[in-house]
This record gives sequence, C-alpha cells and structure tokens, in this order.
Amino acid sequence: MKILVCISKAPDTTSKIAFTSGNTSFDENGVQYIVNPYDEWYALVRALELKETLGGNVTIITVGNAVDESIMRKALAIGADDAVRIDAEPKDAYYTAMQIAAFAKNQSFDLVLVGKETINYNGSQVGGMIAEALELPFVSLASKLDVADNVITLEREIAGGVQVVEVSTPAVISCAKGMAEQRIPNMRGIMAARTRQLTVVPAVEIQELTSYVLYDLPVAKSACKMISPDNMDELVQLLHNEAKVI
Amino acid sequence: MTLVYIHSENGLSKAAKEVVTYAKKLGDGVSVITNGNTAADVLTQLGEYGASSVMVDRSVSIEDHQQLLDLVVFAAEKTGATTIIFSHDLTAKAIAPRLSVRLNAGLVSGATDVPNESNAIRVNVFSGKAFGFVKVNSAQRIVSLLPNSIQPEITGSVCGVEEINSGAVTGRIKLITTKKPEGEIALPEAELVVSAGRGLKGPENWGMVEDLAKTLGAATACSRPVADIGWRPHHEHVGQTGVAIRPNLYIAAGISGAIQHLAGVNGSKVIVVINTDQEAPFFKAADYGVIGDAFEVLPKLTEAIRKFKAGQN
Ligand SMILES: Cc1cc2nc3c(=O)[nH]c(=O)nc-3n(C[C@H](O)[C@H](O)[C@H](O)COP(=O)(O)OP(=O)(O)OC[C@H]3O[C@@H](n4cnc5c(N)ncnc54)[C@H](O)[C@@H]3O)c2cc1C
Repeated sequence: MKILVCISKAPDTTSKIAFTSGNTSFDENGVQYIVNPYDEWYALVRALELKETLGGNVTIITVGNAVDESIMRKALAIGADDAVRIDAEPKDAYYTAMQIAAFAKNQSFDLVLVGKETINYNGSQVGGMIAEALELPFVSLASKLDVADNVITLEREIAGGVQVVEVSTPAVISCAKGMAEQRIPNMRGIMAARTRQLTVVPAVEIQELTSYVLYDLPVAKSACKMISPDNMDELVQLLHNEAKVI
Repeated sequence: MTLVYIHSENGLSKAAKEVVTYAKKLGDGVSVITNGNTAADVLTQLGEYGASSVMVDRSVSIEDHQQLLDLVVFAAEKTGATTIIFSHDLTAKAIAPRLSVRLNAGLVSGATDVPNESNAIRVNVFSGKAFGFVKVNSAQRIVSLLPNSIQPEITGSVCGVEEINSGAVTGRIKLITTKKPEGEIALPEAELVVSAGRGLKGPENWGMVEDLAKTLGAATACSRPVADIGWRPHHEHVGQTGVAIRPNLYIAAGISGAIQHLAGVNGSKVIVVINTDQEAPFFKAADYGVIGDAFEVLPKLTEAIRKFKAGQN
C-alpha cells in the first residue's frame, strides 16, 4: 500500500482568534499551530495502521512555508515514512488541492487521505477537488476504512445514518471521527523525526478562484437570563414568548 | 441564470426551500435540478419560493455522487447558469468540490448570507469563532448555503416541471448497505437540540435527555468525552471536532462549555444551559441559564413542556 496523507496546519483549538491589517488577515501573534486534528487523528493514524497490517509506505504532504515544518516533523514522529512540502502559501482550497494533485499525479498512490475539514476554514473542499483533478473516486466523511485485495470498504456518514460502500483502489477518502484513535508520539519517534530529511517541491502555477477579502468577529452575547430550577414554566414561557423558538 | 440542486426524496425539505429562496434573492432567474421520487405536483411548489422551472431526472440515485455530479454538470450546461447553489449538506460536501474543478468555478462553502455590496459572501471560519467574506474570481461560482441561515419565503406561484434524462453514468463506488436508525431526527438539520455532557454521570441516565428531546421534538447531541467513552454514538458529538450545528434552540445539560464545544454550537439562535456550577463557562455563551442539578431540572423541564404543549392544543 502506498498512501498519501494530506495534512494542514491549524491554530491550536484554544487560540485567541483575532485579525489584523484592517481585518484582512488572521493575527498569528502568539498562535501555536498544530496538525489539523482530522488529518492527524483519523487520516494519518489510519494510514499507519493500514501500513502496519498490509505493509507499504505512508507519505505526508502539506502545502506551506518553511515555518510549517514543525507539523511535518510531528507527523513523522507519529510514524509517517516520508514528508513532502509544496513550497507555497496555501491561498485557498482549490489552490492547495491542485498543488497536491500535481504532485500525486504520476506517483501511483493507492490511497489519498484527507481530514474531513480543517478547523480554521471548515470548507470540506480539498479532498473532492484532488479526486476530480486525478479522476479518482471520492468517498467523503468516512468513519471506517479497511482495505483487502485492492478493495476499499468504508462506512460513510449520510443524513441520519451511515452507509457501507466499496470501491477499488486508487481512491481519495476524507476521514472523520471513528476511523482511528489519536496516537501520542513517543520520545524516540520525536528525536528521530528531528533530523529526518524533508522533501521540498516547488509550486506549480495555479489560479486563485476565491479570495478571503475580510474577516469579522461575532458580537458578544448579552447577559444570560437566570431562571430558578423550580420555575421551569417560566423558562418555557420565555422560550415561547420572548425567544420564539418553541 | 442561477441553478439550484436539491434532493427531493419524499417531498420538499426546508433546506430545499431555503436554497431556492436564496437563489431568488440573487435576482437572476432560478432553475432547479433534482432527482428522487417526489411527484411533479409537489415539485411545482418550488415556484412559490422563486423557481421559474424545475428539471427532474428520476434515474439518478441520491446515493451515487458520481451520477449526481454529472447531473449537475448537465443542468449547468443546459441552463448556462453562472451561479450554482447547493444546501451545505453531506451531498454538497461530496460533489461541490468536484464540480468546482470540473467547471473551474470558485466554491464558497457554508455561506450564511447573500453576497454583500462588494459581492463577497459571508461564511463561518475558525469553527464558528469568526466570519470570513469570500470573493469569487472566476466567471462561474458555486455556493453551498449553510442550513437554517435564511428563512424560506413565498414570493411567487407554481412553476413548470420537466422530466429529463441527463445520461449521467453510474459511478465506481458500490453501495453495500444503509443503516438509518428509525424515528430519530437527524442532528445537522434539527431545529431543536437537547444535548448533555459528562455531568450526566453515565449512559444509563440518558433516559431523561431522550424524554425531553421526544417531548420537544428535538434531536439529541452530546459533548466529545461522552462520545469518546462510548456513552453515546459518535454522530452525536458536537463541537469543533464533531458536528457543527446551528439550531433555533440548543439545550445543554451537564456540559461545561469548553471553547472547543462552543465552537460547534455558537451558531445556535438560543442557548439554554443547565449546570450545577454557576462558574461554568457555558453560562457566558447562554441566553437562559439554570443553576441546578440536571437530574432534577431535566424532568421538570420535560413536564413543563408537556403542560405547555397540552395547553396549545
Ligand atoms: C483539540 C481538541 C478538540 C476538542 N473538540 C471538542 C469537541 O468537538 N466537542 C466537545 O464537546 N469537546 C471537545 N474537546 C474537549 C473539551 O475541551 C472539553 O473537555 C469537553 O467539551 C468537556 O465535556 P463536558 O462538558 O461534557 O465535561 P466536563 O468538562 O467534565 O463538564 C461537565 C459539566 O457538568 C456539570 N455537572 C456535573 N454534574 C452535574 C449535574 N448533576 N447537573 C448539571 N450539571 C452537572 C459540571 O459542573 C461541568 O460543568 C476538545 C478538546 C481538544 C483538546
């Protein structure tokens, strides 16, 4: 099995979200970056499990700048064999996906895995875009993934339930909760990852189909109205008459 | 022309009416493409929300994303649409990104509003902790609308429905089985949600959560640790790393309100928090708060709702 896992950096989940330059860019001041949880916990760990049972090789790829190499080392520490960085600022999902597709095109990966979305842009776009560019089947939001004799068996989320589907390799899969459990890298893995060679690939020319032109923060909620636990009738009346939600 | 894709198994969903209303607001004329078994005399009602015509291909299966993609491409070519709209659901997540590459058209996923005066579209970013405004640079654009972002509006009257054959080919993904728990309300589309966390102490205590949900006609949800320890199924896990929801009412019992949990629910219109700890961070994000033991408050609230509903009939 030759597996490509796409990883993205994302601000640590406790980061303060703020913007600079007249609200046109994310304020990175004091922000710690982590591997996007869906990419790490589900896509990467499941890829490693498959390699452990079926043999093969797991390559991680990210589109980013040299400062993003810490997330590549984290992925290596968890167990990836190779790490590739496409040397470019990931402008939008399309730009990112086309860079990865250009790299993957002639490499005959059996599986290309992505997380179901990033926790900063929440677009759920990159996987489907890679699949279309490579003309491969795409299974979105898979919560289980097994491979035997070049047939991939998956559970995928559908409205109000799950579905079991099968598809032959190669394919692109977006990975969601249930597929694997988070792995904490051990000290030996972390030390070994520090000195590993990272592959850097120049970017290809891709047009920017979308641009984020402005950001904004939600207005703070007004104070919470307190209701006595002995007066649930009052709560129901408020929900009906004031909030008008029931 | 604006093209709207909806799925219409078993009638017209609220989400379908929302996307047609949204498309109408763009002011370009609205064509709808759909599949599924809903009768033509029901589909014709989409005209009331702004559609000028509806095309339906009965041979295309909702399960086959490859076929659906071909269907939308066919309709986009036929109508010459410059904007293509989806509801931001699981189907859109599977096909809209492929369509973006196929048509070389910019995709805005999870739109929460119509384009503003500078033609940028608002989306949630940072898991609902902020908004972003996205501009599309290509001639054609694709927008998927976050459910429950706008209300369906009746502005017109019934329209024509055309049965078509798009010639969409069967995809390579083979469906083996579908497991759909009967009678439950699907969480992502639910307008009312009752959710509980570790404060409930164990899975055996979820009866009172389900009772309240049933009485209200709500879906049930939970915090991440509750799904992780297996008290509740994974698909109920809401938050930054679970499902993001934006119901009209979110009732949270025994959930502390950690930042990662709030990220998935802060789009809710009204939040009610029930917690024994008056310092619980969730109260800061709540509209109504009850400081008290969920084991006592939930049954009382259920009773009060029951009384209220009886009084309404
Ligand atoms: C990277 C990352 C991602 C995460 N993603 C998510 C996510 O998507 N969703 C999510 O939910 N969490 C997520 N978390 C976990 C999050 O940080 C919290 O740990 C979690 O939300 C806490 O769950 P809880 O509120 O159920 O439990 P606790 O924090 O243990 O809170 C239980 C609450 O119940 C109250 N309580 C106790 N007994 C009662 C009673 N009898 N009646 C009423 N109230 C009572 C307590 O006062 C307390 O406030 C994530 C964490 C990380 C690090």
